[in-house]
Amino acid sequence: MPLDPSFVGRTYPPTEPYQVGREKIREFAAAIGADDAEYHDPAAARAAGHADVVAPPTFPIVLTMAASRQIIDDPALGIDYSRVVHGEQRFAYTRPVVAGDELVCVNTLEDATSRGGHDFVTTRTEVSTAAGEPVVTVWSKLVVRGEG
Amino acid sequence: MEPQSYRVTRADLVRYAGASGDLNPIHWSDRVAAKVGLPGVIAHGMFTMALVGRAVTHWAGAPDAVVEYGVRFARPVVVPDDDEGTVIEVSARERDAGEEGLTRLDITATCHGEKVLAQARAVIRKR
Repeated sequence: MPLDPSFVGRTYPPTEPYQVGREKIREFAAAIGADDAEYHDPAAARAAGHADVVAPPTFPIVLTMAASRQIIDDPALGIDYSRVVHGEQRFAYTRPVVAGDELVCVNTLEDATSRGGHDFVTTRTEVSTAAGEPVVTVWSKLVVRGEG
Repeated sequence: MEPQSYRVTRADLVRYAGASGDLNPIHWSDRVAAKVGLPGVIAHGMFTMALVGRAVTHWAGAPDAVVEYGVRFARPVVVPDDDEGTVIEVSARERDAGEEGLTRLDITATCHGEKVLAQARAVIRKR
């Protein structure tokens, strides 16, 4: 079933703040095999001008993927999650995510099109601190594969 | 831009699933992967993007030097259930980013000689 294009532009309420933990950043960095000192050692991160350990560039997906369920699970859109494939991903950083950040996501359904029996959904997530400082903008293009 | 390569095994996928919270079984269950028509268990697209991100920060010389980073997932990375796993090869060309102090990287990521990402680009701040 093609998505209703009238939903394009819809913005969802801000998510509950996500507390970025030092150990979560270390765990994520270790999982991608990244041993840079700034990801693991607060002293090294401070020497580079950050308040605490810095997250790797794709770390924001940890919160934005969870936050985008707001859109995926929106009954008005009727997306079948079992048919969703990740098509594209982009990050534009104002600054890196740092341990101690309290981050809020605001999701917008930026685009929805249908082509060749598949639906393409682009979400934009503005990630900012709870105090309103912008941190990173995250775009995800999801492909909802058609049946048959 | 010295090419980088990253080995990916099933254990890496399990660890990434836990760390990222992406528990989709197509990244660890042969049964589920086959059921949805995949040739086998595949790596998370975001895991491939994270490994390529390691190459980007390595070339930039600093883990916090990335200004923009985007990819299209062109082909799944199939990870066999053995000790060898598979290997992702990453290379890049420098381009003028059109702004002072910034460099654009046009990135190529392949697995078994086939491109797994398309339109993979990063903008980095050179230190």
